[in-house]
Amino acid sequence: MNRVTLRKTIVACAVLAAALLLAIVLMSLLGSEPLPVRASLCALASFGTSTCGLTQDQFAILFQIRLPRILLAAAVGGSLATAGAGYQALLRNPLAEPYLLGISNGAAVGTMIALVFFGTIEWTRPILAFGGALVATLAVYRLARGRAGATPERLILAGVIVTTFLSSVIVFVTVLMDATKIRSFTFWLLGDLSGTSKALLPLTIVITVAGALALTLHARSLNLLMLGERDAFDLGVEVGRVRILVFLVASLLVGSSVAASGSVGYVGLVVPHLARLSLGSDNRISIPAAALGGALFVIVADTVARTIIAPRELPVGAITALIGAPLFIYLLKRA
Amino acid sequence: MLEGRNITVAYDHRIAVTDVTLSLKQGEITAIIGPNGAGKSTLLRTLNGQLPRSSGSVLLDGEPIERLNRRSISRRIAVVAQEAELRFPVTVLEFVLGGRFAWATHSGWGWETERDLDVAESVIRETELGSLSARLMSELSGGERQRALMARALATEAPILLLDEPTANLDLSHQATLLSLVRARCDQHRAAALVVTHDINLASEFADNILLMKQGRTVNNGRPQEVLTPEILRDVFEIRILVDAHPVTGGPRITPVHEPICD
Repeated sequence: MNRVTLRKTIVACAVLAAALLLAIVLMSLLGSEPLPVRASLCALASFGTSTCGLTQDQFAILFQIRLPRILLAAAVGGSLATAGAGYQALLRNPLAEPYLLGISNGAAVGTMIALVFFGTIEWTRPILAFGGALVATLAVYRLARGRAGATPERLILAGVIVTTFLSSVIVFVTVLMDATKIRSFTFWLLGDLSGTSKALLPLTIVITVAGALALTLHARSLNLLMLGERDAFDLGVEVGRVRILVFLVASLLVGSSVAASGSVGYVGLVVPHLARLSLGSDNRISIPAAALGGALFVIVADTVARTIIAPRELPVGAITALIGAPLFIYLLKRA
Repeated sequence: MLEGRNITVAYDHRIAVTDVTLSLKQGEITAIIGPNGAGKSTLLRTLNGQLPRSSGSVLLDGEPIERLNRRSISRRIAVVAQEAELRFPVTVLEFVLGGRFAWATHSGWGWETERDLDVAESVIRETELGSLSARLMSELSGGERQRALMARALATEAPILLLDEPTANLDLSHQATLLSLVRARCDQHRAAALVVTHDINLASEFADNILLMKQGRTVNNGRPQEVLTPEILRDVFEIRILVDAHPVTGGPRITPVHEPICD
């Protein structure tokens, strides 16, 4: 693997950004309701200012249903992949992943509390989800950290403990919920983009971009943190400050994505792994690449989820887990 | 350069270091020796500002170390400690470039300069890792990894080197090579080095000063000939030790004598 340079980073990110843009356009044409390709492309190119001959229904499907959902998929994927890369550096372990560590569950508990107590006030969801993710992150960190960083065994045990504990909290809160909401709620827990909230979409996108930038701008510190907190300290990293930053940013990313789409699993494992495999472990390239790649991955996974048994839909989390679980086993065997 | 005055360190409800004073001088290697649990590594970590002291002070170029920020300390003090387990694929060159972090203009972002690369390549050559610079750290032998750690410390260009058991994984020839590198830094760059080691003969050969510790306290501090006497060593290690002159260097040579234990 050649050394990572600014040029290589720009090229990799440009290629991924182009692929992402292409995916956003192409996937918005796919769905249970076929749309005329040329007219749809024309309408997309005009950013919705012209219908280009689409019927009112077709135009609404494209701009009111599919595009917001695809954009949310991109934000959620980017968030989770970036958060995964952050947790991996922080815990010094490539197996760290928000869903498997129970951090998504923490965010889910926060979201549920917001749903039960502040049902109609949508912006309370990401805030409480952030709080839940932060508490779960701190718990995992305290449980998993040993003298030599988080060994795979400790990490997974910590994840199991936090996940099962929070699952029982989720069951407890579910009892408090309206019985009619429970089914859609179960889908949401598995990671579901079908209930895309237009109010939360811009916020989720802003948090994703800001979070990915914040971690990328600390990539050199994270590179050293990945080798060990003591080494990083010796080499000049303000370990305490960077640790708090990763805690906050990663929790915010997980919180906002879970509040919007539930717990989509394994994105934070699969995508950073592929980024490191193809571009190297340097976070200056692997974090932005993971952010873009995560967006791409969840867009494609969600398109599969909503088209494979159309007109019925699967939760996107079912698709990502189908890809992620085998990879996790492979990584665990290698660890 | 680096000075510790009356350092006392306590952690886990235990006093690990009691009232130790030492000062590193330009061009000199100081070795810390002593039995397991004597507080040697604790003292080293305290001098780097990592472990908090209960009392005493650490001065770096005359300034209390707690007033300095991490990067300015890391430009002046490099540490070689027991290697941490790496779980991410990192090449030797990337690893060694980590030593240039403290010189970056921005603490989080930015790219290595030409000078960073030159320094890294030169220390990689010095540590005889030239042919391995594109290899992954995980593919190296224990000894090669130890040399990569040394290379990273040298890449910081810090005038003070703190080494915690730097020769632990090395064979005889690489032990000598590594300490010769430290010696060369001290001679040519007016650096100062502190080496924690269990190898008393190596300390005798390479160190200008030896700090002998037991149970967190200084037993003796001075030139090797003054510290490495059979009486002092017997008191500290509780074993009979022969000291004679090294046939080549003439310095003290230590041979432990394992007597059968009987009442």
